[in-house]
Amino acid sequence: MTEKFKIAIIGAGPAGLSAATHAAELGISHVLLEAGQHPANTIHKYQKGKLVMAEPAVLPLRSPMAFAAGTRENILETWHEDIQRYKVNLRLGAQVDGIKGERGDFHVTLSSEQTINAEFVVLAIGLQGNINKLGVQGEDLPNVQYQLDDPEEFKDETIVVVGGGDAGVENALALAQQNRVILINREEEFSRCKEGNFLMLQAAIKAGRIEPRVSAGIDHIDADTENGFLLRVVAKTSEGVEIINCHRVIARLGASPPRKLLESFGVKFPNSDISSAPELSEQYESNVPGLYIIGALGGCPLIKQALNHGYEVIEYILGNPVVAADEPLLKQKISSFNASCSVNEGLAIIRRNAPILADLTALQLRELLLESCVLTPRPNETIFNYDDYTSSFFSILEGELAVFVKAKDGSEIYFQTKAGNFFGEMGLISGRRRSATIKAITDCVLIETPRRSMLKLINSVESVRRKLDEVSMKRVVRNCLTNTLPESELNYLLQGATIRRYKAGDVLFHQGDKADGLYLIRRGSVIISQMTGGKEDVLSYVITGNYFGEMALISDKPRSKTARAASATEVVLLKAPVVIAALERNTDLRDLLAARYRENAHDKKMIEPQGKPGNLFTFLIQQGVGEATDVLLIDYSLCIRCNNCETACANTHGGISLFDREAGPTHGHTHLPTSCRHCEHPYCMQDCPPNVIHRSVNGEVFIADGCIGCSNCKNNCPYDAIQMVAVDPKFKKPGLWQALLGGANHDEKNRLPDDDLPKKAIKCDLCKDNVSGPACVRSCPTGAALRISPEALSLTMRDSSAALE
Amino acid sequence: MQRSTLLKYKNYRYFKAASLLVIFAVMAYLFDQSATGAYGGSWLGYLFGILSASIVVVLMLYGVRKRLAPIRTERRNLLNALSPQQKVPDSRKREANWLRHHGATLQGWLSAHAYLGSALVVLATLHTGFQFGWNIHSLAYVLMMSAIISGCYGIYAYLRFPRLMTANMGGIGTFDSLLLEIDNLDKQASIKSLQFSDDICAIVLKARQGTRIGGNLFQQLTAYQRNCPTSQAVQQLQVLGKNLKYDQLKSFDDLYSVMAHKESLVRRARLDVMYKARLGFWLYLHTPLSIAFLAALIAHIVAIFFYW
Repeated sequence: MTEKFKIAIIGAGPAGLSAATHAAELGISHVLLEAGQHPANTIHKYQKGKLVMAEPAVLPLRSPMAFAAGTRENILETWHEDIQRYKVNLRLGAQVDGIKGERGDFHVTLSSEQTINAEFVVLAIGLQGNINKLGVQGEDLPNVQYQLDDPEEFKDETIVVVGGGDAGVENALALAQQNRVILINREEEFSRCKEGNFLMLQAAIKAGRIEPRVSAGIDHIDADTENGFLLRVVAKTSEGVEIINCHRVIARLGASPPRKLLESFGVKFPNSDISSAPELSEQYESNVPGLYIIGALGGCPLIKQALNHGYEVIEYILGNPVVAADEPLLKQKISSFNASCSVNEGLAIIRRNAPILADLTALQLRELLLESCVLTPRPNETIFNYDDYTSSFFSILEGELAVFVKAKDGSEIYFQTKAGNFFGEMGLISGRRRSATIKAITDCVLIETPRRSMLKLINSVESVRRKLDEVSMKRVVRNCLTNTLPESELNYLLQGATIRRYKAGDVLFHQGDKADGLYLIRRGSVIISQMTGGKEDVLSYVITGNYFGEMALISDKPRSKTARAASATEVVLLKAPVVIAALERNTDLRDLLAARYRENAHDKKMIEPQGKPGNLFTFLIQQGVGEATDVLLIDYSLCIRCNNCETACANTHGGISLFDREAGPTHGHTHLPTSCRHCEHPYCMQDCPPNVIHRSVNGEVFIADGCIGCSNCKNNCPYDAIQMVAVDPKFKKPGLWQALLGGANHDEKNRLPDDDLPKKAIKCDLCKDNVSGPACVRSCPTGAALRISPEALSLTMRDSSAALE
Repeated sequence: MQRSTLLKYKNYRYFKAASLLVIFAVMAYLFDQSATGAYGGSWLGYLFGILSASIVVVLMLYGVRKRLAPIRTERRNLLNALSPQQKVPDSRKREANWLRHHGATLQGWLSAHAYLGSALVVLATLHTGFQFGWNIHSLAYVLMMSAIISGCYGIYAYLRFPRLMTANMGGIGTFDSLLLEIDNLDKQASIKSLQFSDDICAIVLKARQGTRIGGNLFQQLTAYQRNCPTSQAVQQLQVLGKNLKYDQLKSFDDLYSVMAHKESLVRRARLDVMYKARLGFWLYLHTPLSIAFLAALIAHIVAIFFYW
């Protein structure tokens, strides 16, 4: 029996569903063939309750199918409704065996021996039908599986998870709740997964909930029901062969195009690489006329892109011109500096005038421009001010700008920069306040790229990172040493210079080491300490924008102190011989370093308040204060435990205190409550799907409206500073009489029952909207509470024992 | 990290102010030659009265300020409208900066409250001209002095107890974690006691069920429970241990050390409650006395208008 349709769409994933819905909407005869038992089978197989993202956020959706970030269940339900509403001709369980014919007359054979006759065929089968297997003996044994539906199904089992990508890590984390989990990763580090997953994995490994095996792989698997287990996995690890008895192996190794199947349809591939996508025209048409390929199989793995593909392919088949979904938005951005040129011409101008962006692919550049703003400042207009707490990145397309840098002695130095250059990378890298004021001299065109997009680009495009580092190193030398260095001297100093990265606690050099060079900090902070009489004394705390390590260079002796990273730190290391040679020539530089040398020769120690045991500053750094910009400390020799700080906080923030005064460690009389530290590189900002966590110009990290309650920030915060709470919108600050009669104490009673309102993330915003500063500090009756940056604290502790005002 | 106490606030700013006021008042009183003699109705008496009443207003405002932290809501609206990319006007930055460095903190208010309240002892006494009687005026004076005396205790408590509390709690995190640890020791002791005779089990059980932390105000303030079953158990175990066979001694020492550890933790918990009570209970006198005084003061001021 043969049926006849205009368009046959194969695969009811996002792309196929979108194409079928659009065809149905236009009243075109169509059939949507799905081999599985559900539409959107891959999403159906996601873990229960999994949050599905709608990236890239700025890309407009043009499919008749609704789609926004939400849980797996929500999305499936909406799509189900859309299928009903548009009366999509969906056939489930229809496995396609072969496609023959050409444009106008295709014959699609199903495994049920049925044949479908269609004028056009749209292939939207994705990659998940062709999941990568382990490729070892025993890969098809029962209990060796390649997906995980419901992690709660398994309990008290020993499970080996293979794969260090997001799927593997997410599965391992979920399974670790009630099972023993061993996670095997081919690579040495878990660098392929999202930052949020990485942090959670680190915590789970540290807590012993997941046992990792890195640089490891499975050699073979045997069925073995002895000792109460089901499988025996023989794994090769960096330490040799390990035999793991387990109940289950879950391998998450990604998927690749079903090449054999496609080749049997006549589709050609550009090369022999197993993961390569088939050759397609701009209209998604393959080398077989009339056979279109869209979605993940066409090289676009994101759901939203696939939905748009579905819409566009139908338009192409009908012969309608299609403008890319992001075209109007890009056009608008480009027209702000050149009204007449097309988008492609505009992108070419950007490539030409901003060399740092020149090597991006067309897709990357379009995405970057979508996420960025085009600024056209007038002469004398300020772009940002010295000391502002912003972190976006600026590429100059046109015009000249003035840079006013504050030197260490407070004087201001001025220089110019022009089209082709970029600025703002220092704030981006350091996570600190701006080190200069930038003003336009002429009419300018700038591209302002937000922190998140720029970081993504730096991490994914090598040439961007290289070009950025090249310029950044020069600027770091100027910023840390002196702004007056001539270009030639700068180039000389940077010979053989390297950028080094350290984790918190890593030692940069030990006391007694041979001097390797001069260290300039471009991110993070460093503690300098010295062993005297078997005890380690902290001498100083050096932050971004400063240098250290000059003493051993000048005196030509081994290191007299130890330098340790107080937080994630990046330094530019200038080679010792180069620096020494430069010092011989350049008297200014020599005077500068000599002055510092004499100052440091005094070996001032940090003063311990009240002679209490241990080293307060080391304690604070161990508690992660090194990466803080503003930390709440309580002097427990003054604190009368009245909790007025919490009450004031609650009264300012909808009835809920955003910190816990009593929780947190105490050292001597210094108490570090559980509260937000407004980190230099906030963990909470790393993975916020709606991107609503921001840093204000004054430095406060806050959550704006639009939280979707996904808890990513809460899970990412290592300091427990974020709570998921339903905030009562009707909360009113208690009046004086109520307060007098004892009704004003913030309390659990302000928390609404669980199911009343959706829970949202809340955290300290340093009372940014209250001009007089944080309520907790303002309302401490004995002045015990203090908000301070670690560097200010270190200075106070170094200079005198005077009380902190 | 050592911050200045409320007495040393801003290099004794309010101590200096209050001292000047007191010196001026005493000098004026001594050199006053008015024909009517010293009493509240002389011109100097009125001056002292007005000064004292103004100080009372400031003292009362502390209570308001403590409960209602001022929030500038108009700024809040302005800032919410700003996107994170936008700039904050310089004028606002300057204002915020000024307020953060010079604006009054609650600590400043409390420092002023303590010193000006103490100065009131002198000012108000001079205002009376040492004339007392059984009337509303002297009632106001007595109430005021009671409030000030309770306040003096408050300053003492605020300066003394915080350090003792920190020392007492040692490395233990929170009060709740202390209670959890005690509960944990109780469970351990119960299990360990099972292998011994019934009398030992009974002692341990009684210690688990009968030990109270907190209790009525007296118990809270003194950290005392009469015949505390835990202390008794430790004492009785010492006696009972002597009758045990040699092979039981090791497990018995185990039980004993758990109970002894519990006793010390119970002691610490009680001390913590005691310090909190001693830091807090006086306010239940101070605040009502202050309000009663305010009422009497208003009556006093209204009454003097009838003398005219």
